Amino acid sequence: MFGAALRPLLTPSSNLYRTAVRNNLVKPTCLPVAQRFTSVRFASSGPRFSDDHEWITVDENNIGTVGITDYAQKALGDVVYVEVAAPGDTLEQGGFMGSVESVKAASDIYSPVSGTLASVNEALKDQPSLLNKDPMGKGWVCKIQLSDPAQVETLMDDAGYKAFCESDPGKDE
Amino acid sequence: MLSRSLRRAAIFPAEITPRNALRQATRLISRRGIASTAARWQDLRKTPLYEFHVSQSAKMVPFAGFSMPLSYGDIGQVAAHNHVRTAAGIFDVSHMLQHRFTGDSAEAFLMSLCPTSLDALPPFTSSLSVLLNEQGGIIDDMMVTKQSSSEAYYVVTNAGRIKEDKELIREKLRDWNESHQSEPVRWETLDGWGLLALQGPKSAEVLQALIKDVDLTSLKFGKSVFAPVGHDKVKCHIARGGYTGEDGFEISIPPQHTVALTKEIASNPDVMMIGLGARDSLRLEAGMCLYGHDLNEAISPVEAGLTWTIGKERRSEEASPFPGKSRILSEIANGPSRRRVGLQVEGPPAREGSKIFDSTGTQEIGIVTSGIPSPTTGTNIAMGYVASGHHKKGTEVQVEVRKKLRPAFIRPMPFVPPKYYK
Repeated sequence: MFGAALRPLLTPSSNLYRTAVRNNLVKPTCLPVAQRFTSVRFASSGPRFSDDHEWITVDENNIGTVGITDYAQKALGDVVYVEVAAPGDTLEQGGFMGSVESVKAASDIYSPVSGTLASVNEALKDQPSLLNKDPMGKGWVCKIQLSDPAQVETLMDDAGYKAFCESDPGKDE
Repeated sequence: MLSRSLRRAAIFPAEITPRNALRQATRLISRRGIASTAARWQDLRKTPLYEFHVSQSAKMVPFAGFSMPLSYGDIGQVAAHNHVRTAAGIFDVSHMLQHRFTGDSAEAFLMSLCPTSLDALPPFTSSLSVLLNEQGGIIDDMMVTKQSSSEAYYVVTNAGRIKEDKELIREKLRDWNESHQSEPVRWETLDGWGLLALQGPKSAEVLQALIKDVDLTSLKFGKSVFAPVGHDKVKCHIARGGYTGEDGFEISIPPQHTVALTKEIASNPDVMMIGLGARDSLRLEAGMCLYGHDLNEAISPVEAGLTWTIGKERRSEEASPFPGKSRILSEIANGPSRRRVGLQVEGPPAREGSKIFDSTGTQEIGIVTSGIPSPTTGTNIAMGYVASGHHKKGTEVQVEVRKKLRPAFIRPMPFVPPKYYK
């Protein structure tokens, strides 16, 4: 979520789609069942981490639960507002997925994988502080139906992410 | 789709988060008009308290050409903010430029630069004022204190404007002294001196414990005094007031005593060191401007809601001139085209750069210059400029955050009631 370089954002067409969904012109559809089950499984491998400080765990149906890491919530400080793309939206790996507002800053969240946004953690609406209190539990942000589960392998595991945070050049600034 | 640069243009250095810290800092500094070379860490200036901040686990960030504490240790911005509202906090504001103007015509010289009726100030009294350009725009805002007489003034200006302010004063003073050779003005800047802001409801109790010779109950808001402070009885200039809306003091300390006296004040268990992050949220709740964000050289004091800094006695054609007088008098008479207002925004906080629209969302009427989720009120507060006519309290508007319009309304400032000692 602290990516310095500009990343590919959602395409204009998906944005239109989102507007259409919001206005009830189009009903979000699920991915074809076949696509769900023909993919690789990562259910047992524990959470994976992106270099933008998001985590993801993936279940046997290739639905990923996504949130921000403890390191990220500490850097942000007191979270007051969370805004996420709408269910049905197409997400790209590394693309914009939502925003987290703290007293300090507005920070974007990037999707750690490509897929379709399945659901959003509604509890964050009334209790955005869950992101600070339990970032990897009750403070999860959204669920994503993965379109390319192999992407999970490109993410860091626990040890890799720990090392990444320790080497973060901006850590002490 | 989403202008990330605009969103990131939000905020203060408080926005700095790990990976982009230096990048952010560079941009913030260049936006403040400091030479871009100053963005390099090794070029940043240090206040006399730099080592002390580091020893207190401060997170140091570049700000206005200085390396300054953003926060201390694990204490979050909200915790620090609340501590100032409920107890007392120390802010190192030694990066700001302290000036002394002395001589028979010191008062007249300063009045030629600003619109305030300094001649109406009693001795040892301070006022906010503004340095103006010929178009009536604000070069800087400043605290001006008359000391023992009209021949001794103490002025504090912003760190981010050191270059511009010094250039202006140097040039104006040269001309002034050429035409006032019998009563020249002497100008010195107090380089290396410390300046502390002690703010919060317990400030007076904390400071009184270190002062034997002066009863602070007799020092009201806006007044100042020289008093010996602390174990070493260091003679300091103490001005009651500040930038948070709380009771408090700004203490100017001679260079050799700054560190020891700061440690002495900070050793009081009610006192916490406070960084730039909380300073920003506190001053915004108090409705105070931050130069480079809420004020700039195109904005007049009338537009900025600082008409009260323009002395009543100076508002006639015949009264002593000040830069940009014709625009300023015309704006007082006819109303300015835009005005600084307070806003309350629903949903996400609106940050600097967010566009303001009318209630129908069709007409763009202004822009947000500062905005945060307010720790004290629990609402999203902001200040910005709107076209006149949309400025009255309660007026419904919409503010664009992430390409979406959010409901907002004009809310009077300050957002948190001031608790000055009057």
